[in-house]
Amino acid sequence: MKNIIDLAWLVPLFPLIGFLVNGLFRRQLTKPLTAIVGSGAVLASFVVSVLIFFAVKNGQTGTVTLFPFINVGELSVPFAFQIDQLSSLFLLIITGVGFLIHVYSAAYMNSEEPPHYARYFSYLNLFVFAMLLLVMGANFVILFIGWEGVGLCSYLLIGYWFRNTEYNNAARKAFIMNRIGDVAFLLAIFWMIYKLGTVTFTTADQKGVLDLVAQATGQLTTADITGITLLLFIGATGKSAQIPLYTWLPDAMAGPTPVSALIHAATMVTAGIYMIARSNILYTLAPVTQGIVAAIGLATAILAATIALKQNDIKKVLAYSTVSQLGYMFLGLGVGAFTGAVFHVMTHAFFKALLFLGAGSVIHAMHHEQDIRRMGGLKRYLPVTHITFLLACIAIAGIPPFSGFFSKDEILAAAYARNPVYYWLGAATALLTAFYMFRLYATTFLGSFRGTEDQRHHLHESPALMTIPLVLLAVLSVAGGWVGIPEVLMPDAHALEKFLAPIFAESAARTTPHAIDHQTEYLLMSITVVGAAIAIFVAAARYRKNPELHEATGFGKILANKWYVDELYNFIIVRPLNWLSRFLANFIERDVIDWLVNGMGKAVQYTSRQVRLLQSGQVGSYVLLMVLSILILVAVQFFVKK
Amino acid sequence: MNIEHYIVLSVALFCIGIVGVLTRRNAIIIFMCIELMLNAANLLLVAFSKMHYAAAEAGKAATAGIDGQLFVFFIMVVAAAEVSVGLAIIVMMYRNVHSVDVNFLNRLKH
Repeated sequence: MKNIIDLAWLVPLFPLIGFLVNGLFRRQLTKPLTAIVGSGAVLASFVVSVLIFFAVKNGQTGTVTLFPFINVGELSVPFAFQIDQLSSLFLLIITGVGFLIHVYSAAYMNSEEPPHYARYFSYLNLFVFAMLLLVMGANFVILFIGWEGVGLCSYLLIGYWFRNTEYNNAARKAFIMNRIGDVAFLLAIFWMIYKLGTVTFTTADQKGVLDLVAQATGQLTTADITGITLLLFIGATGKSAQIPLYTWLPDAMAGPTPVSALIHAATMVTAGIYMIARSNILYTLAPVTQGIVAAIGLATAILAATIALKQNDIKKVLAYSTVSQLGYMFLGLGVGAFTGAVFHVMTHAFFKALLFLGAGSVIHAMHHEQDIRRMGGLKRYLPVTHITFLLACIAIAGIPPFSGFFSKDEILAAAYARNPVYYWLGAATALLTAFYMFRLYATTFLGSFRGTEDQRHHLHESPALMTIPLVLLAVLSVAGGWVGIPEVLMPDAHALEKFLAPIFAESAARTTPHAIDHQTEYLLMSITVVGAAIAIFVAAARYRKNPELHEATGFGKILANKWYVDELYNFIIVRPLNWLSRFLANFIERDVIDWLVNGMGKAVQYTSRQVRLLQSGQVGSYVLLMVLSILILVAVQFFVKK
Repeated sequence: MNIEHYIVLSVALFCIGIVGVLTRRNAIIIFMCIELMLNAANLLLVAFSKMHYAAAEAGKAATAGIDGQLFVFFIMVVAAAEVSVGLAIIVMMYRNVHSVDVNFLNRLKH
């Protein structure tokens, strides 16, 4: 074995095997065996990923080509994996957090019947497999296969409890919203094939898409690059839940809570950020798109944060928080802070997975009660969940030295350097984040218990299989940010930036860093931290005493109803589409197409009835016709042809 | 004799045959008219064959086959077979309906 990265194909192989075993033998396997196969597969991937990560850290990067995949004319798309700094980091996040969530699921889903339990684990493994393909693919086509695969798994897992119509509708909504983005993604791929004849990211002889773009060979005009990046970004808005395609993510909370943690918070929804970070050079060369990315990201961050202020479902608050944090990441990408965005993906994966798993633990203890108005005072009953949830809340609120502070600070500093307006709006969102997270925390864990007597009787801390992942994720949420300590606090301590530097080298060379002096940076930091601290204090003080138990009124009602965006979409897209479908079904189908088809039949019948009269049965008339026809033929031959 | 005479004769025979087939209702007479038409064609074939043969003898044409005359034998053989079948049909018809009127048997129309 000369090179560890040649073993990269093992990483997606294990979850695939796990998927097949659990999927095919779901009636034979017992529940513990299923859980062991499912979690073990991801653990094996994690071990290989760690080995690969350290190999990459020592400078071994490269492409592993497995077999030729598509060879048509000039176009050649190999089935290849790209192992470099960016993908190895994502491998660690996906398999690491994924493993913890698998372990957690083993306990959380324990009340399911064995075949469904195995079905759940097989879907989860298939998801990990697809997500690994997505981040390991060495060209846009493999990335797209993973991209579609995770979309499918998301659909399957949101609709996991398929007997509930509402859950199925949520699954379909997620799938359709994703499809809209995927079409744009596909168009971007075709555009690249048309103009460049390749979809590979980068090759040894500098002939990949990113190489060609970086060399400015003139095959792509600025308009081409802008078009491609915009289409890719539309794809990302679908997958990563940004305006205008974000509405599926809150509904996706219909799935089991660990699924929300893994797919709809930690990994899948960050696919868009990964894809843009991967093709960062394209975005650097398309300033128009970058501006749009930043604006959309910021708008999404604020919109989702305001909605989260008034939600009463514990998972809905976290869902909108996810949308908002994803908006942050896009803001980072839009202002050129690619490292910051990837950094925030990482820390967000830790604390958001922790928050969702903590919420799952609460829901488990409350017997599937998700309304925070009927909780309260859970601090006493769920000590481990409470502590870890609190740590995650502090991390997401951006209080140093928790992880969220560092990544958020990096994005905000870059935003300030690009445009102070971005910073102020971003900082306002950070305040809202701190506020709604601690509203959630205080309403759930502080105050007095507001549930039924029966629920109080059954309150219990979750089993060790669930609390251990919580504790591990809490450690990561606290310490995960220390790989990216900014220059101003500790010189030369930003390990992540140095690690990822080769990926973003071409972009860095093309942008003049708007260095902001240390005084300003201290000021910016203290503004966000003090602001967040005040928001935390206000929210905790207010909601521990008198939580909002009544329906919101006035402006709060608009927020509680999510700015009526779903209703708006219903009104301008769904209803006209339904109307058009009905029109097509009732008018075009029945009165036009059916009329045409039936008319043809009737016309044939009618003419046959008339023509039949010629067939008199008189031999003489037949012969006469024959003779006349021959005469006509002869005449035609004689007169016309000459 | 000139070729035109043969042509005129065979056209006359053919037309008599056609008119006979079209106008008569007696199956046997129709049958005879069909034979007349066949023989008009035969006459023409023999006449043209002879004409080409004469032309070749005089050195005006390259080849002089006797295909036309051979054809006539074939047609006569086939016509003989056809006559036997056709007469058999007419006999059967008479046995069944005591008539040889072709317009009498038109029930297939319904």
